[in-house]
Amino acid sequence: MDVITADKLTKRFGDFVAVDQISFSVKQGEIFGFLGANGAGKTTAMRMLTGLSRPTSGQAQVAGFDIYRDVEKIKRRIGYMSQKFSLYEDLTVSENIEFYGGVYGIKARDLRLKTSQLLSELGLQEVARTLVGSLPLGWKQKLAFSVAIMHDPALVFLDEPTGGVDPITRRQFWEMIYQAADRGVTIFVTTHYMDEAEYCDRISMMANGRIAALGTPQELREQFQAPDMNAIFLKIARGSQTA
Amino acid sequence: MRTIFFLLRKEFRQIFRHRVLLMLIFVMPIIQLIILANAADYEVRNILLHVIDHDLSPTSYRLVNHFQGSPHFILTSTSFNPQRGIDAINADKADLVLEIPAQFERRLLRENSAQLHLNINAINGVKAGLAQGYANNIIRNFNQDIRAEWLGLAAPPQPGRIAITYSNWFNPEMAYSAFMVPGILVMLVTLVGMFLSGINIVKEKEIGTIEQINVTPIRKSQFIIGKLLPFWIIGLVELAIGLGVGKLIFDIPMVGNLGLVFLFAAIYMLVVLGIGLLVSTITETQQQAMFISWFFLIVFILMSGLFTPIESMPLWAQRITWFNPIAYFVEVNRLILLKGSSFMDIRPHLGAMVAFAFTINGLAVWNYRKRS
Amino acid sequence: MRQLRIVILKEFYHILRDSRTLLILFGLPLVQILLFGFAITNEIKGAKMAVVDASGDDISREMVQRLTASDYFIYQGRAGSREEVLHLFREGKIKMALFIPPNLQRDFYHGEATEIQLLADATDPNTATTLVNYATAIINDYQLEKLDAQDAPFQIKTELTMRYNPLLKSVYLFVPGVMTVILMLVSAMMTSIALTREKELGTMEVLLVSPLQPPFIIIGKVIPYFILGMVNATLIVTLGVLVFGMPVQGSWLLLGAETILFILTSLALGILISTRTDSQQVAMMMSLMALMLPTIILSGFIFPIESMPRPLQLLSNIIPAKWFIIILRNIMLKGVGFDFVWRETLILFGMFSFFTLLSIRNFKTRLA
Repeated sequence: MDVITADKLTKRFGDFVAVDQISFSVKQGEIFGFLGANGAGKTTAMRMLTGLSRPTSGQAQVAGFDIYRDVEKIKRRIGYMSQKFSLYEDLTVSENIEFYGGVYGIKARDLRLKTSQLLSELGLQEVARTLVGSLPLGWKQKLAFSVAIMHDPALVFLDEPTGGVDPITRRQFWEMIYQAADRGVTIFVTTHYMDEAEYCDRISMMANGRIAALGTPQELREQFQAPDMNAIFLKIARGSQTA
Repeated sequence: MRTIFFLLRKEFRQIFRHRVLLMLIFVMPIIQLIILANAADYEVRNILLHVIDHDLSPTSYRLVNHFQGSPHFILTSTSFNPQRGIDAINADKADLVLEIPAQFERRLLRENSAQLHLNINAINGVKAGLAQGYANNIIRNFNQDIRAEWLGLAAPPQPGRIAITYSNWFNPEMAYSAFMVPGILVMLVTLVGMFLSGINIVKEKEIGTIEQINVTPIRKSQFIIGKLLPFWIIGLVELAIGLGVGKLIFDIPMVGNLGLVFLFAAIYMLVVLGIGLLVSTITETQQQAMFISWFFLIVFILMSGLFTPIESMPLWAQRITWFNPIAYFVEVNRLILLKGSSFMDIRPHLGAMVAFAFTINGLAVWNYRKRS
Repeated sequence: MRQLRIVILKEFYHILRDSRTLLILFGLPLVQILLFGFAITNEIKGAKMAVVDASGDDISREMVQRLTASDYFIYQGRAGSREEVLHLFREGKIKMALFIPPNLQRDFYHGEATEIQLLADATDPNTATTLVNYATAIINDYQLEKLDAQDAPFQIKTELTMRYNPLLKSVYLFVPGVMTVILMLVSAMMTSIALTREKELGTMEVLLVSPLQPPFIIIGKVIPYFILGMVNATLIVTLGVLVFGMPVQGSWLLLGAETILFILTSLALGILISTRTDSQQVAMMMSLMALMLPTIILSGFIFPIESMPRPLQLLSNIIPAKWFIIILRNIMLKGVGFDFVWRETLILFGMFSFFTLLSIRNFKTRLA
């Protein structure tokens, strides 16, 4: 079953075409990497899929709902973790969990259970009453991810989730992503760490608002005859400049 | 409803965790109220008097005595040189110089009329006007006294005189604080509502959490309500505290129905919060929100009749105040608290406020939608 | 020197790029001066008045006409009873009511005692007192005229000189105050925010490790605000003089020198605040609460200091704005020379030195 299907999705800002007729689909339980240089249009595409921005034309369905008509229904079924840090620094760890849990309509009894479960999984029981602002960045990101999937969404969008995080924490973070994917949560992740692209089931690379490459890492290596993602990325980037 | 509950709980937690913010909300306004209500006093007492008496006659001496006996004047210095009088004004040691010419008594007796000279520092025109009024009253009364005395029994039959009495309604003790406190309360409630609500929303934009909120099932209307309701409540609590302080410290009269005050305040706060929301839609950083709010607040407050009377303004400026919500609440608060005006009395004000609430919030929400 | 110029230029770019703030910086003084000049006045006039006239004869009608012919009163209408008057007060429709007893004309000409009553809305005591004074004076004048009492014996006449402001314009009172508040805003508030922003963003560190000398960094950052302050001061004085005919009786040179001293004092305050905090938010709040409000409330700008209770009068002494406003009024309106403002000047200079020394000390301890 496809969790996302996009068909000729387009976004224009005046004369500028930020996203130019992209079509792709994402299967349930898949880890889908969304790559591209800065300004290639990946953030805009993601904003359209999460309902933050209205497409200029084209069709798309997310979690089985139309992104024009059923934005509110989509919002209940997706999680989102943004590039900017998305928890409230002046609330404690458990207050943040309660807030987002409550907002997604988790029942009070379930919420208490979930909170303690989540804290113990992350090993954050000790700091449950600490303000999030005083936690190290790596912990914050892990917490933000856990909060984003707390309401068991069908699909979670991660916008450069590991920016500025040390390599060890990045590893741990990807382990969390795999665990979530094993439970059937679809992961839609943007990143500019090319080594992380290798962790994905499938990736798409955007350039100039179009999808320049789409497939499993293995397929792309063969298609572009390159040893790793970095080389593919450079090829596409150069190609887009000459084009 | 549950969503709004969670939003409200989050807002209150954030506000109560922020010590500086709490100070700004609850401590500063009280301090401001106490200082402002004491400082904002236009009552003119203690007009400093310099006397130049060239005559030195019993009559001139009596006139000076009349001035000294008045509660409004304080004799600070005397001299025999007009230049010294001007120097005293220049050095702010005198507000009014009374110059009695030589031969004053003689002329009054022989020529039936004599002239005095008053020299007033008019930089503060209001004070100068009052000083002139008080001085003229003293001189007129003095004139009548001596006329009656000197004519004695030889007085011709006096023509009928219309006596003028006056009484001061609603504030017989003439306490300035009774006038200022209701107005200052409006200003404080407005400050809290407009600044904090606007800045609070912009803050979520600035640190990026608003993106996160936008992808959750929280509807925009719920978000706005969740943001504004806390400040609506805080504003009304603030008003209650302020009224308490006004009663305890300044003993301001509360003739009218307090429920009516709160009814009006409840609608007024909607207008103020709507303005805060509007400011948040046109700014990106807290600093900008702060400056823009400050700019409009200054203009609104100056044009509100809080410190200077509206009816003294030129007609066009008075028309502008029809669109100033602060002006309505300042007036209504004074009407209800000091004069005991009823619901029927303030109906036009209430109607205007409801209209403001709809217009401003409609505009703010429309702008908010358009920008996101 | 070249390095200093670069810092100054950089700061100017910051200022000129932020159009919203720039608009406020120049819009606010403009709007305030125009408001104070054209709209806001603390004079009392145009008070609405209701009349309860039980006589309805020529004398009573003429008397009311006299009152409403003046600028001070506007005839709102007749009222039938005290209750009706009370109602008008409660609706906020009138400020004063005049009660005329029956048979005013007859009593007046027959020399019988009669009494008219003024009821003033004393919620604003100042307005009430002033209106009663005006009304009393007008009615008394009217009586004298009617009785042809001009040649009554033993007349004392008064000749009046309103010094410095013969037309009693309130804008003369307010221009110095507006100038002071704006200079405080530009020099102290903006400077403290600009300096803390640099700290908050971490760019201050970059400057400090550069070959620039720390004093030059501060001076370079501050000079643009000094210039902005001067431009604003010039703008305000020019508007005051050209649009409102505000006089500058004294020496322009002295006025300029004193303005520079006050701007320097404000800048020193701004720097001092920035040495105490790293957050723009806190700098803003400190400037607003500790500088702007006292400058508006306790400086004598709007409320006369001599009417305040003793503790506030004492407090007003530590507010630089108070002294600057006195200096401005003395130079512009009274036209006096340095011998009348040397004390205030000395106090301002003392404050300037104190704030500067304190900032330098704070700055050093931070670096150490």
